[in-house]
Amino acid sequence: MSSTLTSAAASPSAAESHPQAREPSVPRITAYVRSVSRALLPWALPLGALIAWQAAASLGLLSTRVLPAPSDVALAFWRTLKDGSLLANISVSTGRALVGLAIGGAVGLALGVLNGVWRPAETIFDSTLQMLRNVPHLAIIPLVILWFGIDEEAKIFLVAIGVAFPIYLNTFHGIRTVDRGLVEMARVYGLPPGALFLRIVLPGALPSILVGLRYALGIMWLTLIVAETISSTSGIGYMTMNAREFLQTDVVVLGVVAYALLGKLADSLTRAIERRALAWHPAYQGEAGGIA
Amino acid sequence: MSEAFAPRPGSATAPAQSADIRGTFRPAAPPPEPSLRWAGSPVRLDGVTKSFGDRPVLRRLNLDIPAGQFVAVVGRSGGGKTTLMRLVCGLDLATSGEVFVGDTKVNGLMPQVRLLFQDPRLAPWQRVLANVGIARGPGWREAADAALRDVGLADRGRDWPSVLSGGQKQRVALARALVSRPGVLLLDEPFGALDALTRSEMHRLIERIWTEHGFTAVLITHDVAEAVALADRVVVLRQGEVALDVSVDLPRPRASATTEALELQRRILAAV
Repeated sequence: MSSTLTSAAASPSAAESHPQAREPSVPRITAYVRSVSRALLPWALPLGALIAWQAAASLGLLSTRVLPAPSDVALAFWRTLKDGSLLANISVSTGRALVGLAIGGAVGLALGVLNGVWRPAETIFDSTLQMLRNVPHLAIIPLVILWFGIDEEAKIFLVAIGVAFPIYLNTFHGIRTVDRGLVEMARVYGLPPGALFLRIVLPGALPSILVGLRYALGIMWLTLIVAETISSTSGIGYMTMNAREFLQTDVVVLGVVAYALLGKLADSLTRAIERRALAWHPAYQGEAGGIA
Repeated sequence: MSEAFAPRPGSATAPAQSADIRGTFRPAAPPPEPSLRWAGSPVRLDGVTKSFGDRPVLRRLNLDIPAGQFVAVVGRSGGGKTTLMRLVCGLDLATSGEVFVGDTKVNGLMPQVRLLFQDPRLAPWQRVLANVGIARGPGWREAADAALRDVGLADRGRDWPSVLSGGQKQRVALARALVSRPGVLLLDEPFGALDALTRSEMHRLIERIWTEHGFTAVLITHDVAEAVALADRVVVLRQGEVALDVSVDLPRPRASATTEALELQRRILAAV
């Protein structure tokens, strides 16, 4: 596995130094190489670490009791893939994560919109929400287990609670910071309240809401891992805790890798949503990105 | 409104460039079609007082603006200019006294009054065309398209506002104000943030559009030269009262540096 990955990482520089690169279609090739290397660059660091890790394990510098070799993890991946347990556990975990996100996100969004648009609601709800927000939601795991047992509801409840607050805070903040001048303009130009909300307030708050969503996704996985390792009979967290019983460090690491990839996937999806939904924003137009 | 306000002195001698209501022949711009005109609304303020707390900003103000007139309201900051404007479009209500637009007493936001703000206030997440037709309504695309053509931005409808220059943004805002064919157009120092060249371009544009469509225009400005260049009549507001009300009988389009214009500017400045 590592050898194919290294050759992929090395290929852009090889193509650049290759004499063919100076043929007539040079600009297209160099542009291609540039785009490929830009796509690969973020992966350079994790791949480097992987190679070093494999080398350390193969040379016996690293005990498999401490950390298994990447190749062992790859074998564990193959084994659990073949017996179907990996996909089953991943889909169970993903399902919990998404249901929790949907419930918590909807609650957070609704409260954020309500309190952002309507002052009396802020007066009634906000200080309570701020108090609850500052309680680490993992601290109520014992209570949640007492309430729901170790069934699905417990995990979904915890994820929903963890996810609701960042979405609430960012929605509220986003709505409150919508340009007053635009709202006044919309009123003078005769927009009814519904249209004012959909055309001015919500799009104005959207960048902030999406930041909340990205933050919530991180909390979503974190909560799920903890909930699944403590009380579960399925899911990635259960898989790793079960493997620990049998000293299968390779499966434990596989579980960690699965979480990392799922987290990255979720983040990439939000970025794609941002690029679509915020296409109007100068920061998402053309090559612009960094400030410098 | 048209006939009530027809004779504009000296326009027969006006050089090419801007169109003229009577359709005097111009090589550059064809005479406006009759369908371009819509009715302007008169504006009347009857003993209007507006206070914020116990500080009066306008004191028993009386002002009568006939339909189709171009009035400039000049004054120092804090003199009540912007307050006057907010009362006419219904964003604020008078503490006492009455404001009428047409036959309607202003008692809330007025659909026939449109306001061009100091800043363009375009929604950055709507394309230019959608910004112009922000209130939607039946046939808004065609109306917005026509308004964009009117301000010379026919091909920019599909752009995001963020790629436009300051002057172009203000022209989009003008198109947005025109799209509903308002009886009264309020201009709240809309050229203040523009550079001198763009500003004089905007002056010509506003003058042409006003001549073509015949709405009532109220321009708030602290620039006396701008007031004399554009308006039929200049009203000076000082401490919430009318300090001077003078008509500007200069031929259009106007060269800003004529002796009469300068003399008038001096008179107005003395009153400010």
